[in-house]
Amino acid sequence: MIGIVNYGAGNIFSLTAALDRIHVEYGMINSKEDFDQYDRIIIPGVGHAGTAMRKLEETGLVDTILSLHKPVLGICVGMQLLTSHSEEGDATLLSVFPLKTLNFKNHILLKTPHMGWNNVKAEANCPLFTSIPENSYFYFVHSFFIEHSPIFTGATCDYGIVYAAAIQKDNFYGVQFHPEKSGEYGEQLLKNFSKI
Amino acid sequence: MLAKRIIPCLDVKDGRTVKGVNFVDLRDAGDPVELAWQYSQQGADELVFLDITATHEGRKTTIDLVKSVARQVNIPFTIGGGINELRDAEILLNSGADKISINSAAVRNRQLIDDLAKTFGSQFVVVAVDTRLVDGSNYVHLRGGREKTDIHTEEWIKEAESRGAGEILLTSMDHDGTKNGFDNLFLQRINQLIHIPLIASGGAGNEQHFVDVFQQANVDAALAASVFHYGEILIPELKSKLRAEGIAVR
Repeated sequence: MIGIVNYGAGNIFSLTAALDRIHVEYGMINSKEDFDQYDRIIIPGVGHAGTAMRKLEETGLVDTILSLHKPVLGICVGMQLLTSHSEEGDATLLSVFPLKTLNFKNHILLKTPHMGWNNVKAEANCPLFTSIPENSYFYFVHSFFIEHSPIFTGATCDYGIVYAAAIQKDNFYGVQFHPEKSGEYGEQLLKNFSKI
Repeated sequence: MLAKRIIPCLDVKDGRTVKGVNFVDLRDAGDPVELAWQYSQQGADELVFLDITATHEGRKTTIDLVKSVARQVNIPFTIGGGINELRDAEILLNSGADKISINSAAVRNRQLIDDLAKTFGSQFVVVAVDTRLVDGSNYVHLRGGREKTDIHTEEWIKEAESRGAGEILLTSMDHDGTKNGFDNLFLQRINQLIHIPLIASGGAGNEQHFVDVFQQANVDAALAASVFHYGEILIPELKSKLRAEGIAVR
């Protein structure tokens, strides 16, 4: 059963609807004790990374999240929170990954936000992409991105610059796109996470 | 590569689709949720619902509709119509809408764009603009193109972007309903003025019109209603055509 960290950063209706569609059970995590009920954790997130980090800190759940050995999946801003720093609000983040979240506007001339369906190229060893064809399209909406690193990148996307569309380190995973809005492959990715 | 998006648009009133829909395999052609699901299966990249419900009671039905779509459809969707203040948008967000679209409310109260963008993020805010050519200039029109304003369309779109719009949905009222193709020249001009995604609307009549608008105006997405609803253009075939023309589609 998946526990969703409920810290008020964005709407989770679409995420829970997607989990319902693939018949994966879930519940909300509001306190430290709630973590025990779940074997997998999702950190959702939409909006401003600095604001999201502040809200997460206010819940008092940060230390517990950092000590988890269960699979953890950050989605969109929830993924960016796992990095060490974001250019959005010059925010210091959870530092699970020694990576930086950067502003597209400082690196590319293309339109921002990066909005729509783009190809995702998965690394062979990333279990999130099991049974998903190579270079499948996923739905993105974001203005900040996580730098590509040979060690932690689980999948890349190319939007004027090659960056990390998915990251992985031990039990921690993150995806920049929205699996809950990415058609059947997005649902497959959530299924895969539920079986890791 | 970022794919060009194909967006069917559904007009809904009191929770039902308004314009006739002519899908052979639909059980209930008036059910927007079933129609939305069908479109997602056919390869539509996104959906837009325009709510023309006038009554308070009907509005509740719209909220239920948004929830049902969010539950059953696995692609993003936008809802427009009836959004005049932050509270209207918040209800839709919490009901599972990915984006909201505002049109005349933004013209009447420009600050609404800033407030929505600051509260919910620019990615949530689509500004829809209806434009019509009058004496050689494009002016913003309200009430489905019937009411002319003195606002130049170019100026308004630039202002909407600077106030925090995340996307522009531009409908050419001169082309809308003609099936003679999109207003490629004007769309191209607007596209060069802004740095946020631009959705073209108005004039789609055949597959070539989509090829033209992507190749000539380089817009990010193209929206149409009746050609999809009546099955005159089938999305899988349209995508094959676009792909054959070298346009990136999903």
